[in-house]
Amino acid sequence: MKRQLILWVPFAVFVGVAILVASALFAPADRTVKSKLIGQPLPEFALDPMIEGKPGLATQAFATGRPRLLNIFASWCVPCIAEAPHLMALKEAGATIDAIAIRDEPDAVAAFLVRHGDPYRAIGDDAERRVQLNLGSAGVPETFVIDGQGRIVMQHIGDIRAEDVPEILAALEAAE
Amino acid sequence: MTQPRCPRHPGLVPGSTVRLAQSQEAPTTRKRLSGPRNKSGVTVFVGFAVLAVSPVSAQTTAPARYANTQLADPAREAEAKSLMEQVRCLTCEGQSVADSDADMAGDMRALIRERIEGGESAGQVRQWLIDRYGDQITYDPPMSALSAPLWLAPLALLAIGILVARRSFRRRRP
Repeated sequence: MKRQLILWVPFAVFVGVAILVASALFAPADRTVKSKLIGQPLPEFALDPMIEGKPGLATQAFATGRPRLLNIFASWCVPCIAEAPHLMALKEAGATIDAIAIRDEPDAVAAFLVRHGDPYRAIGDDAERRVQLNLGSAGVPETFVIDGQGRIVMQHIGDIRAEDVPEILAALEAAE
Repeated sequence: MTQPRCPRHPGLVPGSTVRLAQSQEAPTTRKRLSGPRNKSGVTVFVGFAVLAVSPVSAQTTAPARYANTQLADPAREAEAKSLMEQVRCLTCEGQSVADSDADMAGDMRALIRERIEGGESAGQVRQWLIDRYGDQITYDPPMSALSAPLWLAPLALLAIGILVARRSFRRRRP
């Protein structure tokens, strides 16, 4: 009797492996590369102003006691255009949004802001993606929620859509 | 000048390496494209060469200093190169930053070269990247709770096989 049960063990193992493989195969693949810095303080950086009339961006700007958003964008990035109205909505809802412009030029950024709206308090010029890589950000656009002590509490990968706005506002409130 | 159709891999465009010198006569050769002399295909190839030679204008800013320039010290460059080959390009799946023409890969090559030139070892730079992007950033992930079964399962299966074999051989002898 016992021997007969043992004979089934390899088959049970096979079924287990098959279920594991099938579930991994059919689950939608999540290929986003998330930053490992969530929950950690923002890395030290200091970026020059991207355009005239707006300050640049440095780490110190974030430890002010109030949570804020850090948006990584570029004037050449198409999803950033789709995201622009929702950033404006976030700004109107009271969020402070700082930005890092990736591989960009002043004229192009100024034109982008005129055309798609300007929700930013400050824009830092990250011409060679040094700060972006330091943040563990894998592309544009991305948005980080930073709490009042300058810690990263959330990372939104890809363009912000209308349905993401409440979630980001909630994260800002939770970081208060 | 027409926009490049295939800016990422100009080397793959037919004739682009052979006929670079002729691209100066672009206006005249391009005119001939629609003419009746196309049968040989030669003028078409020249046309492709013109497309391939025109500057890549997708990005507005110049590449980082070390994106496409080797380090002066060959040993350091070799160290940087070996790391670049195992660092995943974040915007182009399945390529390393050494293979990719994406500007983000260029910036990552520059970062790796700069840090190695600054005296860091390849291992330190690799750890710096893993600290920010996780194990996915490298094609040679470190052993972790998640990857350990991959390494240990074959050993475990081999041990089980040896045990089973020993038991069954023993049984046959009276």
